[in-house]
Amino acid sequence: MTEAEIKHAIFTGLRKIAPESEPEALAPGANVRKVLDIDSYDFLNFLIGLNEKIGVDVPESDYGKLRTLQEMMSYLSARMGGASKK
Amino acid sequence: MPNLGADMEAAILMRWRVQPGDQVKRGDIIAEVETDKGLIEVEVFEDGVVDQILVEPGKKLPVGTLLATIRGEGQPVVRAPPETAAPSSAKAVPEVKPRVRAAPISHVRASPLARRTAAELGIDLKQVKGTGAGGVIEQEDVRHAAAGLKEEKAPAEAKRAPEKLRRAIAAAMSRSNREIPHYYLESPIDLTRSLGWLSERNAGRSVQERLLPAVLLIKAVARALRAVPELNGFWIDDHLQEQEAIHIGFAISMRQGGGLIAPAIHDVHLRNLDQLMVAMHELIPRARAGRLRSSELSDATITVTNLGELGVKTVFGVIYPPQVALVGFGKIRDEPWAEAGSVGVRPVVTATLSADHRATDGRRGAQFLEALNNHLQTPEAL
Repeated sequence: MTEAEIKHAIFTGLRKIAPESEPEALAPGANVRKVLDIDSYDFLNFLIGLNEKIGVDVPESDYGKLRTLQEMMSYLSARMGGASKK
Repeated sequence: MPNLGADMEAAILMRWRVQPGDQVKRGDIIAEVETDKGLIEVEVFEDGVVDQILVEPGKKLPVGTLLATIRGEGQPVVRAPPETAAPSSAKAVPEVKPRVRAAPISHVRASPLARRTAAELGIDLKQVKGTGAGGVIEQEDVRHAAAGLKEEKAPAEAKRAPEKLRRAIAAAMSRSNREIPHYYLESPIDLTRSLGWLSERNAGRSVQERLLPAVLLIKAVARALRAVPELNGFWIDDHLQEQEAIHIGFAISMRQGGGLIAPAIHDVHLRNLDQLMVAMHELIPRARAGRLRSSELSDATITVTNLGELGVKTVFGVIYPPQVALVGFGKIRDEPWAEAGSVGVRPVVTATLSADHRATDGRRGAQFLEALNNHLQTPEAL
């Protein structure tokens, strides 16, 4: 999966939870949950959506590594890269 | 028309989902009504057969209006009396009572003439202000109420949904503030054990099966209510009606300042944590989409609100009438905590109880918070 596809999955997930938002307009370093007003229930659903789309299951202990778009991209890319090496 | 909350006076019947002759089971959806809280699916509360549909869709109807009659199973059709028997007059009240009601039945004080007039005009006496001696409802009061409702026909242009919800919240909260003498208690609770247990449990599970801390809090509230059951119920007609079942109204905020709604999660005392999480997954999206069921709007016996996401430490909640209590949770934060002579850092949440002083006193409230704390110290037993 390419970087663009991961980004697309992230944006689709965010738009589903916050339909009024424009995730594309987010600054790469902005705190996504704060800016888009995403509570822990919505965040869990976002992760469920990501899991279904790209197959990455983010453990609870890694939630803190997904605060910004930049962090999400690098975390998910790394996880997927790891998966494809198998 | 079922009463779907303290703030509801009328709703527009949008669609029937059943026809005369249809078999219905308790909990089946039989109609859809448009209220200030969105499109609500009306459930039936008894098994039976739909006998008569009395109202066509498209009308705005006051709470209490008879919409349809349902024949209990095995009950004979009461219309069309046999020719041999003395025929009952056409005006006779059918023996089959409407069962399309969601609200707890309350006693209103009204003169017999007022009751009869109310039945004829389809007016809910609970919505009528009595001007007779001691607030008794007279016939004139009923006629007055009926005239008021006529003027208030379905509005030509539909108000924006958030505006309508705002108005519904305003009505309920104003009534609460006017009628309920609140008292407030707060208690910090150490969540070390609960959160530790939760993260261990979640670690072995896929993201789809994970539990949120809110589920533990809700279940602990239900357990603690067993110790102080008088916080679980309604204040109606100057007395407390304790409820056996625990239906927790779970406050859900709409996005973008779109207001707040607290639909009931039914029978919390009977569900385990996984089942409660499933219930939340099922309920929250429907609440946000404005598609709740009648029982979810009318059945809550207590409300739980969680404002911790936004950093709030303590919630001083306003009770949703006719309930008699609201439990609030703030942010789970790391705090210095002294125990057994030493100080450590612990995850702590402040739990608050807003309670109706007509129904309970501070001592019982304090016992509730203590029970809540105890249950959260043994999460494996929740």
